[in-house]
Amino acid sequence: IQSDGRNRLPGKRRTVVARHGSHQHEYHNISKGYHGNRIRTTKYSLLTFIPMNLFQQFHRTANLYFLFLVMLNWVPVVEAFQKEITMIPLVVVLIVIAIKDALEDYRRYRFDQKINNNIASVYSGKHQTYVDQHWQEVRVGDFVRLSCNEIIPADMLLLYSSDPHGVCYIETANLDGETNLKQREVVRDLPQQCSELTPENFHGRIECENPNNDLSRFRGYVEHPSKVRVGLHNNNLLLRSCTVRNTETVIGIVVYAGHETKAMMNNSGPRYKRSKLERRLNVDVLWSVVLLVIMCLTTAIGHGLWLSNLKEAPFLITDSVSPALAGFYLFWTMIIVLQVLIPISLYVSVEVVKLGQIFFIQNDKDFYNENLDSRIQCRALNITEDLGQIQYLFSDKTGTLTENKMVFRRCTIAGVEYPHEENGEKSNEKHVAPDRLLVQKLNCLSSPLFLLRDASMELTYIVDFFMALAICNTVVVSSPNQPRHVVCNIVPEVSPTKLKSLDEIKMLFQRFGLPRFSALSPPHNTGSPRSFTRKYFTRRKATSFRSGELGSWKGIEDNMVPLNVGDMSRLEISNGEQGSAGEPGADELIYEAESPDEAALVHAARAYGCTLRGRSVEHLLVELPGMGSLAVRLLHILPFDSTRKRMSVVVRHPLTNQVVVYTKGADSVIMDLAESPKSAERSDSMQGHIRKQTQKHLDDYAREGLRTLCIAKKVLEEEEYEVWLKHQVFAETSIENREELLMESALRLETNITLLGATGIVDRLQEEVPETIEALQKAGVKVWVLTGDKQETAINIACACRLLRSTDHLLTANCGSKVDVILLFYITSSPFKFRSRHPYICFPNPGLVYGCTLDFALQDDLKDNFLELSQHCRAVICCRSTPLQKSQVVRLVRDKLRVMTLAIGDGANDVSMIQVADVGVGISGQEGMQAVMSSDFAISRFKHLRKLLLVHGHWCYSRLANMILYFFYKNVMYVNLLFWYQFFCGFSGNVMTNSWVLIFFNLLFTSAPPLLYGILDKDVSADTLMKLPELYKSGQNSKAYLPSTFWLTMLDALYQSLVCFFIPYFALNGSDADLLSFGSPINASALLIILLHQVIESHSLTWLHAVVLVGSALFYFSFTLVFSMVCVTCSPPSNPLGVDKLQMSEMHFYGVCALTTVLALIPRLLFHALHNTISPSNTLKAAMMDQFNPEDYCKRMQRWNQTQAQTNVKSLITVEHSDIMIPNCDFRLPEELKEFGTPSSPVLS
Amino acid sequence: MMASSYNAKEEDGHVAVPVGGTIKNKKPDNTAFKQQRLPAWQPILTAGTVLPAFFVIGLIFIPIGIGLYVTSNNIREFEIDYTGTDIDDPCFNCSQSFSWNNTRPCTCALDFSLDHPFESNVFMYYGLSNFYQNHRRYVKSRDDSQLNGDINSLKNPSKECEPYARNEKAPIAPCGAIANSMFNDTLDLYYVHPNGTRIQIPLSKKDIAWWTDKHVKFRNPGNNPNLTAAFQGTSKPINWRRPVYELDTDEENNGFINEDFIVWMRTAALPTFRKLYRIIQKKNNMTPTLPRGNYTLEVSYNYPVRSFEGRKRVILSTISWMGGKNPFLGIAYITVGSVCFFLGVVLLIIHHKYGSRNNSADIPN
Repeated sequence: IQSDGRNRLPGKRRTVVARHGSHQHEYHNISKGYHGNRIRTTKYSLLTFIPMNLFQQFHRTANLYFLFLVMLNWVPVVEAFQKEITMIPLVVVLIVIAIKDALEDYRRYRFDQKINNNIASVYSGKHQTYVDQHWQEVRVGDFVRLSCNEIIPADMLLLYSSDPHGVCYIETANLDGETNLKQREVVRDLPQQCSELTPENFHGRIECENPNNDLSRFRGYVEHPSKVRVGLHNNNLLLRSCTVRNTETVIGIVVYAGHETKAMMNNSGPRYKRSKLERRLNVDVLWSVVLLVIMCLTTAIGHGLWLSNLKEAPFLITDSVSPALAGFYLFWTMIIVLQVLIPISLYVSVEVVKLGQIFFIQNDKDFYNENLDSRIQCRALNITEDLGQIQYLFSDKTGTLTENKMVFRRCTIAGVEYPHEENGEKSNEKHVAPDRLLVQKLNCLSSPLFLLRDASMELTYIVDFFMALAICNTVVVSSPNQPRHVVCNIVPEVSPTKLKSLDEIKMLFQRFGLPRFSALSPPHNTGSPRSFTRKYFTRRKATSFRSGELGSWKGIEDNMVPLNVGDMSRLEISNGEQGSAGEPGADELIYEAESPDEAALVHAARAYGCTLRGRSVEHLLVELPGMGSLAVRLLHILPFDSTRKRMSVVVRHPLTNQVVVYTKGADSVIMDLAESPKSAERSDSMQGHIRKQTQKHLDDYAREGLRTLCIAKKVLEEEEYEVWLKHQVFAETSIENREELLMESALRLETNITLLGATGIVDRLQEEVPETIEALQKAGVKVWVLTGDKQETAINIACACRLLRSTDHLLTANCGSKVDVILLFYITSSPFKFRSRHPYICFPNPGLVYGCTLDFALQDDLKDNFLELSQHCRAVICCRSTPLQKSQVVRLVRDKLRVMTLAIGDGANDVSMIQVADVGVGISGQEGMQAVMSSDFAISRFKHLRKLLLVHGHWCYSRLANMILYFFYKNVMYVNLLFWYQFFCGFSGNVMTNSWVLIFFNLLFTSAPPLLYGILDKDVSADTLMKLPELYKSGQNSKAYLPSTFWLTMLDALYQSLVCFFIPYFALNGSDADLLSFGSPINASALLIILLHQVIESHSLTWLHAVVLVGSALFYFSFTLVFSMVCVTCSPPSNPLGVDKLQMSEMHFYGVCALTTVLALIPRLLFHALHNTISPSNTLKAAMMDQFNPEDYCKRMQRWNQTQAQTNVKSLITVEHSDIMIPNCDFRLPEELKEFGTPSSPVLS
Repeated sequence: MMASSYNAKEEDGHVAVPVGGTIKNKKPDNTAFKQQRLPAWQPILTAGTVLPAFFVIGLIFIPIGIGLYVTSNNIREFEIDYTGTDIDDPCFNCSQSFSWNNTRPCTCALDFSLDHPFESNVFMYYGLSNFYQNHRRYVKSRDDSQLNGDINSLKNPSKECEPYARNEKAPIAPCGAIANSMFNDTLDLYYVHPNGTRIQIPLSKKDIAWWTDKHVKFRNPGNNPNLTAAFQGTSKPINWRRPVYELDTDEENNGFINEDFIVWMRTAALPTFRKLYRIIQKKNNMTPTLPRGNYTLEVSYNYPVRSFEGRKRVILSTISWMGGKNPFLGIAYITVGSVCFFLGVVLLIIHHKYGSRNNSADIPN
């Protein structure tokens, strides 16, 4: 067995046997290496925390630098401070981070405990029954029994379900956020399928893959003692952390437990991205290193020279060290002394500040969505400031710009368009107002006055059309009082039904039976319609559906169940919105669909009385107008996939009893598949006409911005079906290449189909999308829309959300071959080259790229052309783009243009794009959680983006940039004081400050204010930022933190340190001041300068600022005062006793401090005043507006917008209309959008 | 390289498993703090808003500066250099022949005259130039616990004192380079009466050190009144001529609590410094402390400065509430005040030229 197993699943297989079954004796050998179900996501345990955490922390360069300094201080010849003192910063940083790690780990531990101690009902060999056990005690090979709504503790193979059809439903919301139910099947051909499974009797040996993280794949087989093998696939596997729904009891055997479950292996956790600002910061940290080395070298050389000029002096400690060597030693000493220059604490501070910023983003009530009860989720913790620097926005369309709440808008059936005029804005996805004309036509069917001779072929089309809408889907039906229960066992009342009409309908279908050629030679039932009806339409009391044998005619009786057709004139009475709901109040149906389109279509069908009432594995219960509820035997579902772009159901038609395939799919695909007129000469005019009309209507729909779907039908001959069935069964049962075979089988079926009609579904724009896009464009963000939709739909939506304006010139690239694309780029580039010589002229060209063109454009040699062209466009829309193309476009723009990109999307198809972009934003909406899971920020509406970028982005960026600059300033300013002193102490590395004060200066006295500054500073109010999107540009251009601002800050720091050192120097030179008395006023004024500098730099000061600033100053003064009174011998080399106490009692001290502080701050104050007065930045002007009273504010706001508009007009020069046409290449340059007529013939061939 | 951040969140997250179906209202609190609407003062620095500050600074600083300048000018200060570098200098001979172990003191006398009388208490300083008392290794070379009277440290001086910790096994008290290089010139001041007689001016050596140093930081070991016994077993610093317990005859000013020693031990901040040597107390209100006239300074020249090109001075100075004579602070205040005033005027002009434009309706672009 094993060797065989190896062949089938080479190298990666696991064997699972029942823990308490007949294989008990070998159980231990087999499952020795398998994980238990206990999970541990913590990184540390109590014992290993300290060593592990230290080990991890020392992986960080910054900490290594600290450690290096500590080590250096242990070398006697270079020792600068007491050994303990240099360790303080390191210890503080390590402790802060360790506490943070420990808290996080503890949170994880608590969570693990909670999960591990969940209760599950596990079979116990000792008690011979199921007993409650903790999750953590579950082992591979255990039998677990679960009831409805229980969470699955481990990956289990489904062996038994209380459902008679051997299925069970699970909800995977915990795994992927999708709330629709998924069906799982019991392993087929188990001996004890019917009775409840007894674990003792399970003798199977399960061979399956080793644990992996592929959620959608599971392969293996069960080998019974009789050597019979049963294939296992994904549908047999219950995944950990999913919930059992709709099924009373299920029993499974655990195959993967704990960390080996697919859910756990898919856990990737939050991501780490490095922000642009941080990259900039790292460059400046390197400059600080250079500065440090220069300063240390200067001191070292100075010391060497100074020493060599001295022969003998009483203050020299003579040893045999040469001046050069002494200089070398001193270099290292100075590195310790000036260590503060490298702003190590900056990294910790930046992290703290970002946490604070995220706190505020998450607590913004504007991001709260009442409907979902959700806030914004910040999943990436360290790129808040990137939000303020976005230059390119890539947006998905469906679900991002639009609601992704599909509302049936209009349809065309058999070439006739039903505009659904009443179906206005007020309609929603659940309630569709039916079209009058269509209702009339349908009413014929249910009307008692219905006469067969009035019937037309069109009517059959209509009925089939709605039938297809109702059943060609995977919608699960439930009713509110029975949540999530399959409504399949409705026991209908026996009511006197008007079977007369049913018969007549039957006849109608016989007459115009589809396909038409089959009607010429009706298959088996050649008898009169009446006898046919007698034979198959029997009134009976339907209790439940039994699974009938495949293809057996005996089952037909069960299939045709006329039910409760009491309310025939229902549609006439209520053609309003509620009428469609069918049965009154009590059993309003709830449709749970995989995609919103499906639900919209089902609701639409329901509006016309064609109601999907229930679903079981083998049957669909459908109510048809005038016919009551019919059970439709479901033979197959060929689910939707993105390559086929369609789905089909194979059913036995309840009326004609033929095998019918209903197909629903993208128009391009269905139109191609629809049978060509040649195959049916008799009706070529008819089908051809329908095709032509439908295509026309489809184009109209697309132009209107509707999503289009085509509905088609195919009737299968019995023999045809049998042949196909064989292939299908083979495909379904094969283990290898299952997917490929199934696909092939589906393709075989979906040919020569008859087009019934098409639907137009509107996907309404989310609220405030146009405003948001307009604001973002004003903010200088280039908005690109990458959509999988058609060109016309995309343009329409783009217009609706004001991405395009009616006056815009549209450049459409829609080329069939690479040569065309090259040509296109060549031609279009020439006017732009002209432009580049006249930088004031701007083409407001929104570009438009078609999917296939995109493919060529993304090729290596054309990339640059594409980019160059797109740079001149105000907006670019890429249609028909695949997920891969989306991410390629984002990557191309990000890498080649070196810009900050943001990608926003809501579906799985946007995941790659979201991951590639610098900032990925996910919209938690209708399409599951995949986009959210891979995003950095998850919002619930597109409009939130406006505040997120314009306000929070702006704030976060300016706050962080200013804080970082301030940090550099602070360190350079303080460290330079020590450096200047070297010139007066023989470059000996001495400091004029007590080393405790020196270390604490950075760590305690001046650390809190910048943090507060980084979290709370507010240059412009949120309202103004929202109203004036132009202000965002300052962040885009990195205005707050340019290299020039960095060096300017450095210069200012240099100046301030010079003042701060030399004023006390001149005031005390030649006096009897001792070392610390000299340092005391320098330190005090440095502190005052640093704090007041922050006040000057701050844009807003609240009471919190006041508390922290005053607190810092008081802390410093009280600390030094207490230190100078208490410390007698505590700080050996320095001599602080009495110094500060004495200093602070002298006027001289205050005189020096006041003068120093004022003189140091004058230039910055002056610079700000002059700069703000002579050439104020936009940000400042906006800030000034904030200070006016509301009336003035409004006036100014208006005036601002006027001036902005004027400047825009000035720079806009309209281009002459020049329509260049190239054969085979559909593009126009430029073209008035309003003239955008019917698209020229499809280029794709 | 420094790029590694603390935020490397490589740890795995959980699949959120909401076990209980509790519905929590996640709506953020609408508080001024959480919505970032705390009332705030928004300083916008423009010429208009800043110029009052400049005028105010100017108006405050100039008077202060004048006051400081006048105060500094009222301080009487006299300084005399007695290094003896020139051959004409009275102390030239002494400065040339030097050895730390010289037992016979070399004395020299300098004559000088004061043009103005010194009215209040006069502080007599010795000043040294080019003497780097702030050299890192020099500053460290002391043992504070030994000086604080710790017996243990007396016998086992800290290694910071190396190489001045031990003299042939015997611990040095006080140890270290600072103590070893203690200034040891003695200075005497004589008033030459117009009739030719020399009157020695009484120099008080009391209270020349900080009270905290004298009474808290420095203590003789073992509370033993007999200092000779207390310092038993220790050796004098190499350069000293006498052991530490023979610095003075006054018991209250001997040993570690000798004020000259304490003053020396408080290391100077800059290479040019002065240290308080003696105080000349004012006798009564009638006569000035130091009347106008001729004086003689007698120096017992022991301290070598030639090797490092240092200078030695004696400074006689009165003091004010701002300390000793230093015109710098007053001048600096006046300058800064004037500059501020001037800048205020400049800002006023700029404010009139540009500020009105900003406040007016037109927003320049």
